Amino acid sequence: MIARTIERDVSAIVQEAVEKHGAKRDALIPILSDVNKALGYIPAEAFQEVQKQLNAEEEHTYVSKSQLFGLASFYDMLSTKPRGRHVVKFCENAPCHVVGGKSVWDTLSDRLDLKNGETTADKKWTLVTTSCLGLCSVGPVVLIDDDLYGNVTPDQIDEILARYE
Amino acid sequence: MQTKRAMILVSNDPESVRLGANELIQHLTEALIAYDLQDEVEISPLSNVGVSNILPLVAVYPEATVYGPVKAEDARFLVEEHLYKGRIANDLLAPPKHLSGNIGWLRAHKGYNPAEQRIVLERAGRIDPENIEEFIAENGYQALGKALTETTPEQVIETIEKSGLQGRGGAGFPTGRKWKFVRMAKGEKKYIICNADESEPGTFKDRIVLEGDPHTILEAMAIAGYALGADEGYIYIRGEYGLAYRRLQHAIEQAEEYGFLGKDIFETGFNFHIHLHTGAGAYVCGEETALIESIEGKRGEPRARPPYPVTHGLWNKPTLVNNVETLANIPAIIRNGAEWYRSFGTPSSPGTKVYTIMGNVNFTGVIEVPMGITLREVINIYAKGMKPGSILRMAQTGGSSGSIIPASLQDTPMDFESFRKAGVSLGSGALLICDQNTCIVDLVKVLLQFFRFESCGKCTPCRVGTQRAYEIVARISQGQGRLEDLDTLISLGQEMERAANCGLGQTAAVPIRDMLKHFRTETEAHILLGSCPAGKCEMLPEVEHV
Repeated sequence: MIARTIERDVSAIVQEAVEKHGAKRDALIPILSDVNKALGYIPAEAFQEVQKQLNAEEEHTYVSKSQLFGLASFYDMLSTKPRGRHVVKFCENAPCHVVGGKSVWDTLSDRLDLKNGETTADKKWTLVTTSCLGLCSVGPVVLIDDDLYGNVTPDQIDEILARYE
Repeated sequence: MQTKRAMILVSNDPESVRLGANELIQHLTEALIAYDLQDEVEISPLSNVGVSNILPLVAVYPEATVYGPVKAEDARFLVEEHLYKGRIANDLLAPPKHLSGNIGWLRAHKGYNPAEQRIVLERAGRIDPENIEEFIAENGYQALGKALTETTPEQVIETIEKSGLQGRGGAGFPTGRKWKFVRMAKGEKKYIICNADESEPGTFKDRIVLEGDPHTILEAMAIAGYALGADEGYIYIRGEYGLAYRRLQHAIEQAEEYGFLGKDIFETGFNFHIHLHTGAGAYVCGEETALIESIEGKRGEPRARPPYPVTHGLWNKPTLVNNVETLANIPAIIRNGAEWYRSFGTPSSPGTKVYTIMGNVNFTGVIEVPMGITLREVINIYAKGMKPGSILRMAQTGGSSGSIIPASLQDTPMDFESFRKAGVSLGSGALLICDQNTCIVDLVKVLLQFFRFESCGKCTPCRVGTQRAYEIVARISQGQGRLEDLDTLISLGQEMERAANCGLGQTAAVPIRDMLKHFRTETEAHILLGSCPAGKCEMLPEVEHV
């Protein structure tokens, strides 16, 4: 029952993305990005659906499943695994590091009880490191979903995390 | 070292020396000691001031007050008035003159803020980026009109070539020459690509341009399209830059509505369309061939070169790929001419450079100044000194693929040629200022972690090399290294530089090279003594050395 609902959703989401960006090979990354945004990750059904919609005879294109999976695994913003309701991204690059990034990471990891790439059992949090977000003048930087936090210190972590349901 | 509150620059070119600059410096130093200001005020020589009638010249920062000519016997009066009493020594002020080209001539604006020379960031922060009319009111699309109606494509390229503009993405390739290559390349269909995949850690200059002045990029791309014979352009913007994406999208719609993009622009029959393409998180896509692969909907794996994109780029057609900052210079050059542009910066590196300042300093952010100023000037003037209690230990210039330089190199002028001579990379213009609490081994470990994470995996030297290098440096940082490891790192680095397919793998070993060139003692301390001089690295308890 639940599986069927998801299937229908996936099909609709893919269709919307394909209509928006076009059924072209060079639209694959925007299409997968949209799916990722809508579902939080790209389920296997989505690859099939993209294939189905792009490989229609009149489109004269052919994309294989391995190409799609190749894209999803290559680009950092795409995920093939389900993620928590809130994704915490921590910038681990040098500019954030030299202004105290490591202690922020240690605190995050400790409070959420997660290692890099893990998701909590209740599916609330996913913790990942990320490369530079281009906000280096206010490092250390933490990105939670679409909310940016700059000049973060370890003692702010509890208060920041408490803002999320 | 204490935080300096002021800085005195004294011209010491041959003419100034002939007129007594050395005696002046001597007297200024004595006067500072007399007023007990020697710890608060720094004196630094200024080699090229570009004027001759008011030498020796003295510039006092942060106010950017210019005095001249100053005689040795005036030194005490100047120090007493300006630095001790804190008021301008009017009698010694240099006559006002049009400011251009050199830091000594940049007066302060907006009170305390040191002066900048803004070309790339001319409008960013001053206009509403979502309102095309504010852009037009500030000379927007004037350069495009001029190019289309008054000049031939060849003349546009000639102007860019004469201006001496070099690519601001990191490599510093002459822009005019690149344009010429694409112009000469065979083929009806050509593309213009703006590389807005700004992912170099510590760099956010392009974001400021895209968010603050998006139309300037559209204008520059259309000019390039006209000059090179292309009617289609792509902006490849990194997926993380959401606001910049929305502003660009809005700008494109507005420009089309006003007829600056689209068909028959300025009724000249010239057509130009711009597509916006977002990345999805991959550092390597900043490499131009990886970027092209990504636009084509593939994994961003760099192609083998040659052939270069100028002949075989997007869809194998001749393609120009320029960085955001490079393009942002174009309209101003077309409007004001090559001579004007060459009046800024140094003869071999004309123009300005946008720097992003970060690390253990009092001010972090973005500045645009003429090419050729020094790191010392940036730290003491623009960054308002090191944070209290911090001493400059090292600086990383140009992001992760740039260089790590010790404090002793801070007087090297920052332009392409001087840096090249010193074996340092100016890269993207990121300046990460690190104090005594930064450990070189720890920093290099963080950089290698970045490279092994971002390596696309296509070629072995990079995929395996970054991983092995990380493992070795991580081991050293835990006090588990051996002296042989250093030789292994050097040869590994050389192989990567020689054999890696693209810039990522070729530059990944640069931090290692700099570590062993400038900070070998600290590195060896980790190995031989099992301790981290900066107190940063967590040593594993059991240290066994043979």
